[in-house]
Amino acid sequence: MKKKTIGSAILAAALAMGLSSASAETFKYAFQGTLKSLDPYSLNETFTLGFLGNVYEGLTTRDGELNIQPALAERWEVIEPTRWRFHLRKGVKFHNGNDFTADDVIFSANRVRSEGSDLKTRIAEDVVFEKVDDHTVDVVLSSPNPILHYEWDTWAILDKEWTEANDSVKVTSASDEAATKISLESNGTGPFKIISHDVGVSTTLEPNADWWNTAQHNLTRVEFTTIPSDATRVAALLSGELDMVYPVPVQDIQRVNDNATTTALTGPELRTIFLGFDQMRDELKYSNVKGKNPFKDVRVRQAFYKAIDIEAIKAKVMRGLSTPSAIMISPFLYSRSGEFDRMAHDPDGAKALLAEAGYADGFEVGMDCPNDRYVNDEAICQAVTAMLARVGVTVNLNAQPKAKYFAKVLASGGYDTSFFLLGWTPGSLDSWNVLANLESCRDEAGKGGAFNLGGYCNPKVDELKDMILGENDPAKRDDLIKQAFDITTSEVSHIPLHQQGLAWGISNSVELIQRADNQFMMYHVNKK
Amino acid sequence: MLAFMIRRLLQSILVMFVVALISFLLFRFVGDPVNQMVGIETSLEEREALRERLGLNDAVLVQFMRFIGGAIQFDFGISYQFKRPVAAMIGERFPATLELSIMSAIFALFVGIPMGVYTGLKRDAFLSKLFLTVSLVGISLPTFLIGILLIFVFAVQLQVLPSFGRGEVVDLGFWSTGLLTATGLKALILPSITLGLFQMTLIMRLVRSEMLEVLRTDYIKFARARGLSKRAINFGHALKNTLIPVMTITGLQLGSVIAFAIITETVFSWPGMGLLFLQAVQNVDIPIMAAYLMLIGFLFVAINLIVDMLYVIVDPRIRVDSKQAM
Repeated sequence: MKKKTIGSAILAAALAMGLSSASAETFKYAFQGTLKSLDPYSLNETFTLGFLGNVYEGLTTRDGELNIQPALAERWEVIEPTRWRFHLRKGVKFHNGNDFTADDVIFSANRVRSEGSDLKTRIAEDVVFEKVDDHTVDVVLSSPNPILHYEWDTWAILDKEWTEANDSVKVTSASDEAATKISLESNGTGPFKIISHDVGVSTTLEPNADWWNTAQHNLTRVEFTTIPSDATRVAALLSGELDMVYPVPVQDIQRVNDNATTTALTGPELRTIFLGFDQMRDELKYSNVKGKNPFKDVRVRQAFYKAIDIEAIKAKVMRGLSTPSAIMISPFLYSRSGEFDRMAHDPDGAKALLAEAGYADGFEVGMDCPNDRYVNDEAICQAVTAMLARVGVTVNLNAQPKAKYFAKVLASGGYDTSFFLLGWTPGSLDSWNVLANLESCRDEAGKGGAFNLGGYCNPKVDELKDMILGENDPAKRDDLIKQAFDITTSEVSHIPLHQQGLAWGISNSVELIQRADNQFMMYHVNKK
Repeated sequence: MLAFMIRRLLQSILVMFVVALISFLLFRFVGDPVNQMVGIETSLEEREALRERLGLNDAVLVQFMRFIGGAIQFDFGISYQFKRPVAAMIGERFPATLELSIMSAIFALFVGIPMGVYTGLKRDAFLSKLFLTVSLVGISLPTFLIGILLIFVFAVQLQVLPSFGRGEVVDLGFWSTGLLTATGLKALILPSITLGLFQMTLIMRLVRSEMLEVLRTDYIKFARARGLSKRAINFGHALKNTLIPVMTITGLQLGSVIAFAIITETVFSWPGMGLLFLQAVQNVDIPIMAAYLMLIGFLFVAINLIVDMLYVIVDPRIRVDSKQAM
């Protein structure tokens, strides 16, 4: 079936040649989701931020290896621990020809923190922006923060004049009466301009000839389309209609690689997939154990960890496209992650631990799992269910679409879960985010570690987390992070499973860089 | 007559109201829209504030009345995901769906009728048996499978037709059409066949059985006796009489073709209303779901209303009955 007839191969070659001579530098690609709004502050989501990162720019940027590089800020320095000075790049123009100045930065800093913005985490509320001159801005903090600028690559700087002139100062929100101009049109400083935007269907871009930086790409036009169906997206790549599609489902990677003109680019993503337990309630909501919560006992959590055969999940469920992980953050994002090891797969040890904890005959527990959020999420949960059955624990799996799943397990649903699977990518690409969101104590309403669904709590970890936030010395900071992860790992606050894999399908006629945060940058693309 | 029409009209309004009520109640079970509208790191206070601004904290009845009030004025609110007015978005997507539906209806008619006539006339021919067997495939295979098969053969293997999208479209201001460009027409072929295959099978079988019926009637025998040519008998007299039920079925099926274009549109990434609806379901975009369901409900109600009224005009017996009923 996979073998093509000679005739069709010749036809394909002819078509490919015809296309390449006509439009050598038009790059066409498809993603499974839609570009929901062009307003860069209305949705904090990888795809939207990544796409708009080609059109808008922040003060900083991240290169192909995710290192922070200067962008609209030429350089910056920490004058005092709580005062940072940013020297803005001179001679930068927005797509409409307006000059980029300090006023634009201050305007953007206010807008990103205004009501309706989904990117409020970019800058804390008490941070003050001061204009020194037209190309210098001071940022005054209330306490030291070494990771102040870690998320600023996705904090797009807007043109104050244009945004005000177009009634777009308020961040576009679904409770508005009508669409704002900034949600349908764009005016950034970035390497590409949006030429047309058919909402939810396709978007066309052209390079910005006046970009301040030297273009590393050779494209003259980019056409983006949304293709939600996996089979169609892969078919469009195989047929040569598109130059790149993502994501490629794991079961199609082989097919894409077997095809003579396409390749699947794979690599570990930053997202960590993990399991979590309700450690807060005195009695589990979904279990046959009454009057007590087995997950409060660290031996039970360890037993669950030991029962899981992560290599089997990698080989069978993920078809090799996952990287088992020992801590709750991608090894890529923490320098000392190599010092951690996974607890070995040991079903007998798990049984022994369960017996020791008083559950020699196992017990029953309900598990919540999404089925359309992460790569093969439901299949992972099924594998976990089977592995736990082998040590005597009966898991009643409740896998449902993400819309229903998140409504149940997040704070808005009252953390209604006993045992769950979740994925997390720290937005700042830093460990503090993981500790603050997933490992710090919370109350019943979610104050504190809001995404610590199981309510794991150790005051020592909270203390370390606060120290990490204020520590400016990188080595000391990494040491504090190590201490915090040592505690959460030994107490099995969660069971980290793996880094799921990225899979992009590309035509062999293009060269591009695959960033581990799954943001696709058109300015890294070259067509041969 | 007038009373009958008014009564039918009132019934239609009632049906629309029930559609609105049921779909509105269903939305309570599709999940939490707010989680789909914000990034995962958005704080709880932010989420709660957004919920409040959207009016999701109001009583169900209040929300329903607000929805009905807007719907009467064709105002379905702002899409949760795209933050644009829903009425405008549906308006943009409608031409794509309608063009696809009409092309698939044309395909069903122009392929189905000749095949039906042929199988009716030459019952024992090998080709007839082949047609009938193949038509079983049209009925029994699910739409998405047929679509993927067609993509595999014509887009991936032969590389002659596109696998997704509408090709180049010409914007006429109020209407975007793919019928005026070569790529637009090429892009229509596979989705139209996928969507129309079921209808084609239906029409072919309908024409076949009607032909068999009509060919046995006296006036056909008489026409043969008069020595008319076979061609004149088969196509002039017989076929004409088989077409009345075909017309009725085609009209009624057009509604379901539009409504069930969802699957075909998803497989071919066809930027129509069905695709918009499916994405809305995945993202709990209630305003789009509501508007789509209301529109489809309206379409069915309108078609049925027209058909009912045509019956009254065509069939005098209904008129008599309705008079007695008063």
